[in-house]
Order: sequence, then C-alpha cells, then structure tokens
Amino acid sequence: MARMKFLCDSERCIECNGCVTACKNENEVEWGVNRRRVVTINDGEPNEVSISVACMHCTDAPCMAVCPVDCFYQTDEGIVLHDKDTCIGCGYCLFACPFGAPQFPQEGAFGQRGKMDKCTFCAGGPEEDHSAEERAKYGANRIAEGKLPLCAEMCSTKALLAGDANEVSDIYRERIVARGSNKGAWGQNLAYNAAGRKN
Amino acid sequence: MAAVGQALAVLLVGLMLMVSGAQAGNEPSADGNGYQGADYWRDVTQGVSGYSTVKDLEAGVLINRSGEGWRQVRNDKVKPSGAWALSLTLLVLASAFLLLGRSRLREPRTGRTLERWKRLDRWLHWSVAGMFIVLAVTGLSILYGRHFLPDVMGETVFATWMQGGKLVHNYLGPLFLVCLLLMVLKWALRNRFTLVDLKWLVSGGGLFTREHPKAGYSNGGEKLWFWFLALGGLAVSASGLALDFPAYLGLREDLQLANLVHAIGSLALICGAFGHAYMGTVAVEGALEGMVTGQVDESWAKQHHELWYEEVKAKQAGQK
Ligand code: HEM
Ligand code: HEM
Ligand code: SF4
Ligand code: SF4
Repeated sequence: MARMKFLCDSERCIECNGCVTACKNENEVEWGVNRRRVVTINDGEPNEVSISVACMHCTDAPCMAVCPVDCFYQTDEGIVLHDKDTCIGCGYCLFACPFGAPQFPQEGAFGQRGKMDKCTFCAGGPEEDHSAEERAKYGANRIAEGKLPLCAEMCSTKALLAGDANEVSDIYRERIVARGSNKGAWGQNLAYNAAGRKN
Repeated sequence: MAAVGQALAVLLVGLMLMVSGAQAGNEPSADGNGYQGADYWRDVTQGVSGYSTVKDLEAGVLINRSGEGWRQVRNDKVKPSGAWALSLTLLVLASAFLLLGRSRLREPRTGRTLERWKRLDRWLHWSVAGMFIVLAVTGLSILYGRHFLPDVMGETVFATWMQGGKLVHNYLGPLFLVCLLLMVLKWALRNRFTLVDLKWLVSGGGLFTREHPKAGYSNGGEKLWFWFLALGGLAVSASGLALDFPAYLGLREDLQLANLVHAIGSLALICGAFGHAYMGTVAVEGALEGMVTGQVDESWAKQHHELWYEEVKAKQAGQK
C-alpha cells in the first residue's frame, strides 16, 4: 500500500502562492480558513526561503491522540481525515499540531470555534465519495478519482510534491544528486518519524 | 498544601494572561550568506516566524513544537494520574464508610431546631453544587469520554452528547464563576481559620477519638474545603474563560497552559467534592437536612458545632 506524503522543496519554492489558491478553489474552503499557506523567512532579504505548508498527515498524528471525541481516522494510505459531524471545535488538535494545520471558522457572538477544517490531501471525508455532503463539508475527493492533491499538481516549479512516499523521495533524491546537497526538504522527520518529535 | 498548589495555579494563569500580549514566533537567527539548509531548518524547528500572505495570528510560524510537550503532559501524565486520584478517592471513601460507618447522633433528637442556612445560603450552595456537578460530568466526558462512551452509548449518541456537553460546559462556566464569587463573598469572613480549627484538624475531626473536638459554625475540615474550593474554583474559572474565548487569547502556548491548569485544577476539585458530598450525605447523620431545610436539630448542633450552639443559645437567652 502506498504511503501518501507531502514534501516541499524550499530550494524551488518561489512563493507564488499558486498552491494556496489552487487549494482554496478546488475545495471551496470556507471564508477565513486557509488549508495551505506559504511562509517566507527573511522576506525581501538575502537568503530568503519560502516553504508551503499544510497538514502533513503525520505518522502517530498528534491531533488524533488528543481529540476528545476521537473523530480522526487515518486511511490505509496514511492520510489523516476527520469527521466534522462529531467535532466539537475544542481546538485541542491545533494545540497539538506541530504545523498549525487545523483551522477554525469563527462562530457566534463570542467568536467560538466552529468545526475544524484542515487539508484532506484532497481525499474528502467520511461521507460517501463525491456526495453533495462530502463536497460541502470537506471539498474535493481527488484521491477517489485516482488523482493527487491539486496544490502539488499545480505547483509551477514542482517544489511541492505529493504522492506515494517512495516516488516522492525518488524525485527528491534525483534533485539532491544533481545539486550535490540535501538542503531543500523540511519537516519530514517531524511529520513522519514520531520518535523524532519527542523533544 | 493543596491551597498552596492552587495559589500557584492562580499565579500561573495570571502570568499566562500577561504574556499573552507577546508576539508569536521568533526572529531568524541569521540573514547573511550561507543561511540555508541546516541553519534555517534549525530555526524553523525552533519556531521562527516568517511572512505569509495568509493573515492569521500564527500563520508565519511554520513549526510550533510546544504541542508535543502538551500532548505528553495531558495524555500521559494528567489523564492517568487524574483517573488514579478519582478512583483512589472513591476507594478511600468506600473503605471509610465500611470501617467507620455513619456518624450517628449521640443524643436523641430534641425536636427543637436552630436555623443554620438561610434561604439565600441554600440557594447559593445548591446552584454552585448543581453547576459544579454538570461541569464535572461534561468536563470528564471531554477528558475521558472517548475511551469508553462510544462503546456505552453508540457513536451517534456520543457525538450528540459531546456537542451538547461542550455547549453546556462553555456557557455554564462563566455562570458558575458568578455564583462561586457570590458564595465566597458571603461566606468568607465566617471561614477565617482560628486556633479552634487547628485543634480540630490536629485531632482529625475526632474520627479516631471518643471525644468530639469543639468547632464553631464551621469546623476545620469544612473551612479547608471552603478555601480549597474558592482558590481552586478561581483557577479553574480563569483558565476556563481563556479556553472559552480563544478569539481573545489565541496563542497556542497560552491555551495549552490554560488547559493543563484547568484539567489539573478541576480533577483536584472533583476529588474534594467527592469527599464533601460523602460527608454531607451518608457520613454524618443530620447534616444534609441543614442544607435542605435550613434547620438543624439542637442535638446535632451541640454534637458537631458546640461553640456555635453555645453562641446561639447565649443569644437566645439574652433576648428573653
Ligand atoms: C450531593 C452533593 C452535595 C451535598 C449532599 C452537600 C451537602 C452539604 C451540606 C449538608 C453542607 C452543610 C454542612 C454544615 O451544615 O456544616 C454543605 C456545605 C457546603 N457545601 Fe456542599 N454538598 C454537596 C455538593 C457540593 C458541591 C459540589 C460543592 C462545591 C463545588 C459544595 C460546596 C459546599 C460549601 C462551600 C459548603 C460550606 C462549607 C462551610 O462554609 O462550612 N457542596 N454541603
Ligand atoms: C469547577 C467546575 C469545572 C470542572 C469540574 C471542569 C472540568 C473540565 C474538564 C475535566 C475539562 C476537560 C479538560 C481536558 O480535556 O483536558 C474541561 C474543559 C473545559 N472547561 Fe471546564 N470545568 C469546570 C469549570 C469551568 C469553568 C468555570 C469554565 C469557564 C469559565 C470552563 C470552561 C472550559 C472549557 C472552555 C473547556 C475546554 C473544552 C472545550 O472547549 O470544549 N470550565 N473542564
Ligand atoms: S500536520 Fe497537524 S493536523 Fe496534520 S496530521 Fe499532523 S498533527 Fe494532525
Ligand atoms: S476541534 Fe474537533 S477535531 Fe479538533 S480536537 Fe477538538 S473535536 Fe477533535
């Protein structure tokens, strides 16, 4: 079985925000919520670095471990999804997540959190594939169509890679060989090696 | 000892409220040549903050590792020790009841009663107690529910229970704080510790002695419970308010701290409340009626609160 992963190559990312826009559009994400964001370090200075980040679909996912209603599930392909019908909007998943992935629409007079929303790896949710409910709550389900997440598919420089872990690392390894150095990838250990998260 | 712990918790929440004005994330450590690869990666894992077109409180922070520590403390420390503390408390109370039984009235009821709790007092007590119980049940569902409630009630009922429970907990919290403050204001002066209370506590409330130690309106144990509840209740309420209004106190570190203070404080209070409710119902004959009707029998008053009894009697004699 494939293990789905994201990898963002910071040597290539040019902060065009194409992935952010692609995600927003493909999933018709609610107002005020961004499932993906691009962060630029040293913006406008020498050695500027940009990285695109969303839910990394962690191994031993911290969000899953703390959710009081246990509404997360990890697919056979390692994609971390959740059930919005059960979510109570407590925010614990955000407290636990290393990447700030869970997002909340503000609701009501006091600005309480609504139902959590996050990147689904374009894999929808627990509803029936391609149903109207799934579309409304979680957005696209490209995985069920045999396609990969749109953010990575549309990345103009192919900095953002998504897909089967082996293929993603093969592509990245080729780049390392060509460049002669491994400086681009980030967050891999943190997301996919649960022991590496411990300190 | 417990009071000291609670006072510390209050302090922590205060600190938390102060630092919450701080900016999320740090500055990059270097911006000269060669700031690449391992260097920026190290910065990023230390929570360095950059620029993002997404406008959100912490959008510029790529990695925030605080969550792992919070997860470990909450899931691996607070949850198991809380479960142990709750079970041990119940176990101790059950064995106390089996070993010591009910504390009976030593003299037969006189049939004459004294007014102990006015209508307002009783109203305050039962509203605080009622809300506390609802908060405890809904709160414990948030903390432990996922481990057994879905099996007990089924997935769908569990989802509804948690939705409703969270809503109730969120709205009842601030109301609980209001009633708690009123109660503390009304009862605080009467609950100042005196030498009599010290003696009462040293003799263990007369549990193991034949003589019942003297006590005023409230005994040392009751006063301990009162102040434990006052301080703990404030810590739990302050942290609960922070969790209630994330829009105003949004940094993850603050909310993690608030959550831990809240969980630890409320677990300690629930243990205390178990003990208190045990004393109020099965352990001490004649106590509950005071909080229900407002009146206690003179024999009960004389046995448990002798100094108060004498005081009231002296006043009655003076009025005649
Ligand atoms: C089934 C539950 C409960 C029962 C049967 C109960 C019963 C009583 C009784 C009989 C008294 C009066 C004792 C006396 O006359 O000296 C009392 C006092 C008190 N109760 Fe409760 N109670 C319950 C729950 C609670 C809860 C949940 C709280 C708070 C969270 C609470 C807080 C207090 C306080 C602060 C006092 C006054 C202590 C003092 O100032 O001396 N009670 N309770
Ligand atoms: C003294 C009675 C209270 C008890 C026993 C209690 C208990 C709890 C417990 C056990 C949790 C779960 C913690 C966790 O899962 O880590 C919790 C969560 C929470 N409590 Fe309380 N609590 C009390 C009072 C309050 C008050 C006074 C407030 C607000 C002013 C409050 C607001 C909250 C909030 C906002 C949460 C977070 C969960 C969510 O947003 O769904 N609680 N409480
Ligand atoms: S990145 Fe965050 S939301 Fe995604 S699986 Fe990991 S902990 Fe969960
Ligand atoms: S906000 Fe929703 S998904 Fe996140 S931990 Fe709370 S209940 Fe679970």
